[in-house]
Amino acid sequence: MIRLEKRPEPSRRVAAITPVLAVLATMVAGGAMFALLGKDPFASIRTIFWDPIFGEFAFYYRGQLLVKAGPLILIAIGLSMGFRAGIWNIGAEGQYIMGAIAGAAVGLAFFPADLWIIFPLMVIAGALGGFLWAMIPALLRTKFNTNEILVSLLLVYVAEQILATMALGALRNPDGGGFPGSRNLAQYPAAANTEIIAGTGAHWGVAAAVLAVVFAHILITRHILGFHVRLSGESPKAARFAGVNPNRIIFFCLGISGALAGLAGLFEVAGPAGQISIDFNVGYGFTAIIVAFLGRLNPIGILLAGLLMALTYIGGEAAQATLGLPAAAIQAFQGMLLFFLLAMDVFTNYRIRFGRSAAAEQRAA
Amino acid sequence: MDFSSINPVLLAASLMVAATPILLAAIGEMVVEKAGVLNLGVEGMMIVGAISGFAVAVETGSPWLGFLGAMVGATALAMVFAVLTQFLLSNQVATGLALTLFGLGLSALMGQGYVGIKPPSVPKVPAGPLADIPTIGPVIFGHDAIVYLSLLAVLGVWAFLKYTRAGLILRAVGESHDAAHGLGYKVVAVRVAAIAFGGAMAGLGGAYLSLVRVPQWTEGMTAGAGWIALAIVVFGAWRPGRVMLGAYLFGGVTVLQLTLQAGGVAIPAEALSMSPYLVTILVLVIMSADRGRAAFGAPAALGRAFHASA
Amino acid sequence: MTALLKIDRITKAYPGVVANDQVSFRIGKGEIHALLGENGAGKSTLVKMIYGLVRPDSGSMLFGGEAYAPASPHAARRAGVTMVFQHFSLFEALTVAENIALGMEEPPPMGQLAGRIEEVSRAYGLPLDPDRRVGALSAGERQRVEIVRCLLQDPKLLIMDEPTSVLTPQEVDTLFDTLRRLKSEGTSILYISHKLEEIRALCDGATILRGGKVVGTADPKSASAREMAEMMVGSLLKTPERRDTMVGKPALEVDGLSIKAMDAFGTALKDVAFQVRQGEILGIGGVAGNGQDELMAVLSGERRVGLGHVSLFGKDIGRLGPKVRRAAGLLAAPEERLGHAAAPDMSLVENALMTGAVRKDLLAAGFLRWGAARAFADEVIERFDVRTPGSDRAARSLSGGNLQKFVIGREMLQKPEVLVVNQPTWGVDAAAAAAIRQALIDLAADRTAVIVISQDLEELIEISDNFSALCDGRLTEPRPTASLSVDEIGIMLGGGAAPLAQVAE
Repeated sequence: MIRLEKRPEPSRRVAAITPVLAVLATMVAGGAMFALLGKDPFASIRTIFWDPIFGEFAFYYRGQLLVKAGPLILIAIGLSMGFRAGIWNIGAEGQYIMGAIAGAAVGLAFFPADLWIIFPLMVIAGALGGFLWAMIPALLRTKFNTNEILVSLLLVYVAEQILATMALGALRNPDGGGFPGSRNLAQYPAAANTEIIAGTGAHWGVAAAVLAVVFAHILITRHILGFHVRLSGESPKAARFAGVNPNRIIFFCLGISGALAGLAGLFEVAGPAGQISIDFNVGYGFTAIIVAFLGRLNPIGILLAGLLMALTYIGGEAAQATLGLPAAAIQAFQGMLLFFLLAMDVFTNYRIRFGRSAAAEQRAA
Repeated sequence: MDFSSINPVLLAASLMVAATPILLAAIGEMVVEKAGVLNLGVEGMMIVGAISGFAVAVETGSPWLGFLGAMVGATALAMVFAVLTQFLLSNQVATGLALTLFGLGLSALMGQGYVGIKPPSVPKVPAGPLADIPTIGPVIFGHDAIVYLSLLAVLGVWAFLKYTRAGLILRAVGESHDAAHGLGYKVVAVRVAAIAFGGAMAGLGGAYLSLVRVPQWTEGMTAGAGWIALAIVVFGAWRPGRVMLGAYLFGGVTVLQLTLQAGGVAIPAEALSMSPYLVTILVLVIMSADRGRAAFGAPAALGRAFHASA
Repeated sequence: MTALLKIDRITKAYPGVVANDQVSFRIGKGEIHALLGENGAGKSTLVKMIYGLVRPDSGSMLFGGEAYAPASPHAARRAGVTMVFQHFSLFEALTVAENIALGMEEPPPMGQLAGRIEEVSRAYGLPLDPDRRVGALSAGERQRVEIVRCLLQDPKLLIMDEPTSVLTPQEVDTLFDTLRRLKSEGTSILYISHKLEEIRALCDGATILRGGKVVGTADPKSASAREMAEMMVGSLLKTPERRDTMVGKPALEVDGLSIKAMDAFGTALKDVAFQVRQGEILGIGGVAGNGQDELMAVLSGERRVGLGHVSLFGKDIGRLGPKVRRAAGLLAAPEERLGHAAAPDMSLVENALMTGAVRKDLLAAGFLRWGAARAFADEVIERFDVRTPGSDRAARSLSGGNLQKFVIGREMLQKPEVLVVNQPTWGVDAAAAAAIRQALIDLAADRTAVIVISQDLEELIEISDNFSALCDGRLTEPRPTASLSVDEIGIMLGGGAAPLAQVAE
């Protein structure tokens, strides 16, 4: 008989190794899935996890790694604050879109001026766009007690429609011959999010992500605000008793995650994507949820998880090119990873026991 | 603007078709939540149901086997949720999200070879002379069997919860799992069964999208229908009749905005497309602002993990 | 007397603890048998095994002469064993009839059941309306639901787990009448309690448990309460020592306080007024659910009220939050230890930081001083004899008594001007309870004004200078505890005394 036995307190050691075990389990299960699709499982796993860093075309893929990891980390850091406090912003995708639109609009408004202030203004506008979009669920939650999960998610679909409107209307490139999509910001030097170190993929968004990791780490481990965020998630009633205002925590968590997602959108639209287009968003806002959990809501963990998840993106692209592995397989693979992680989480709080209870055995012995 | 092109009878008839997928998924999720479980994976289960049903229907040529396949496929996914949340005690919110993310990927993978294919058509239920009754005839009669099945499901769930002992036990488990356990009821078994039912209904709703409403397979075709179903459960205050009302209200908004788009009304198409989502948010706000009523219908143990400590 | 239930060398172990060790005893037909023991003595585990919720590791039971090993509560009920729980067995959102149906093996159709409920409840003097929602019932009425549920099944054995902890003295009398009547009809009753006077008044035999073992049996009619208490606790009990204190100036004053209930099942406060002076211990008695949680929330600052209702040393604090109140010297320890007074999965250091941040100077410009927080937690652990391997342990890993000592100690070591505690010794073993009571008395001797909200009347009689009672959100006028008889207290608890209009100054 297999039973779960509650540990007297959560095991930190287990909490640290479960992500690694989850990745390994996903490799096995994912390999099986690839085999079912008629692909060589070993070649697939190697193409996804090894070749982008050490393979023949690593010089190209390594740069891509930071390009993809940047937005994932930036968004996941913000989300992790809310998840720690029990506030579920799952609409980061929408905040990412709105940040990109706001930032791009500011940049395009100055076109073709060449002022140093343009890019900083865009950064502020991007953060503000995401922040304000996230304030909608925050306000509804605090004023009317409306579930922020559903509101933030439904607003993604609204944001997508706004994106389409912008790409076809207000922000459309007047010199684009009527094609949808804005001017290419990457080709407008005053507004472009350029690589800080050429060839590495490290653009300003990556720098922002690293900064966010550092700040989040300090906030969570050293500051009373971070302590109150954690306390609110661990025990809302205890937080209230301690004097934490729950509404302030809701505004803070949704605000910071919205602003960071908006920033990620801005850096993307001004750099790697280049323009506002109908299909600008590619699901970073959702994948970041997996990154946040895989990183155990811990800033350093999120940094590593973001890199790993970026690897599965570019490895997936590589596998698509060389092995013909469908793009959707990677999406399923990422979802599977979250399943395994959640499944293994149980061992942080519970111990598995086979047969008779441990205490009975101690007595018998 | 030309409103004469809008035929209210046709509108009402297509409203029923538009509301059916959401109604099926919502009534399933309502039972799950009544048992005290919050499964946010409705969107994922719906889309897996959509492709499972589509694939089976195309391969066998039978839409009915397709609907069955959809239920099986979505229930299988729901069982992953059940194992994780009921046996491994994972966080229900996170696991529900995982279900949706995984379901979207998996469905895209399963649907590789089915893009652009036309599925076998679902026959209408012959209504004989009833269909000729003016106004009521075309609105209520002449739909396919699943439309009527969804109405039967609402009725069945209502009767089950109100009049049967099993329904009473399910509600008890959702109110207080500790008390139910103390009286000797199998909390986990009840919840797993409810989750399975929710999965089957979500699958059926998904297949209705891909086999009847659209009817074809495209990636991400549920487009938030599962989330709207979740919102409608809140709107319906966990009562079957009001859940149905919510689904039909939503169906009405959807059909109306599509008709307006087709009619070339001077409102941008994007603004119309976002209207169902905005209406859903509005409805959620109205419901939750009325705290007393919303709190009354919500099962007290909703979303809380159960572990028999002794 | 022939034995109805015979328990033979039952053993049950959990990780790290043997809950029942070779327990044997028997209950006769028509006997009211007491199972006596402290919290953690193993009473609940034993009862859960008799009711089929837990299976013993070894040992056997005979019921009515036949082997008895219920695999589930269903089996137990079918055999004729029913139980009235202390907590967790009613569903607030469901009706009385639905709740009763859930506790029966073969309930009649709902229509007939309602009639049966009315019949039985009338016959036993336990009036109930089958269509009311349980959430709207008082604690006493809820217990009636549970008892009627048992009676409808013609039980051979009725188990009652701490049934009087939620009742007023008058309600206890009614309950005892019902139980005696059942006994006269041949029903056996297993009566679990740690209240000795009740057992002496009601029971025919008693088995005493300590540390999972049977340490003795007694005839409650002849044994003294002191003898039984010593068997139960294992050592001589020390009654707290009072010191004469000079009562100083008024510290906390509450006046004309009326607030709405916190939720659908809460209680509104109605025109509550009292004052407590430096060095005074004010006891607030009352059955749970009569507004205690609401009063606590208003005093701790979790719920704010308008001007003119709550003042500390003459300064209005009604609109201030918990942090500011703490800074001003008003500290509190709520009833629910895990999940309100302490965060279960956080360490003791973090839990010390939770309320100690301001008064113990654990912050520097918003940044946490972890070293100082650890030192504070260690100080609480040492001064209040909290048994734990270290301050980095999670709060939930502590036993109830140890965590309670930590929570109370955390507030006391912050040198409060006013301390409010709710149920300070609920679910705590006797030694820890005595230590906590002594600490409260010592605190008052140091001129702190102390408010003790408790359901335990003996506790309030023992330590409070003045006593008042909360009933349905109204507070009676505080009166010197020494001047009150138990009957008078009972009437106050039942809402008999006129609610206090104003403290005369």
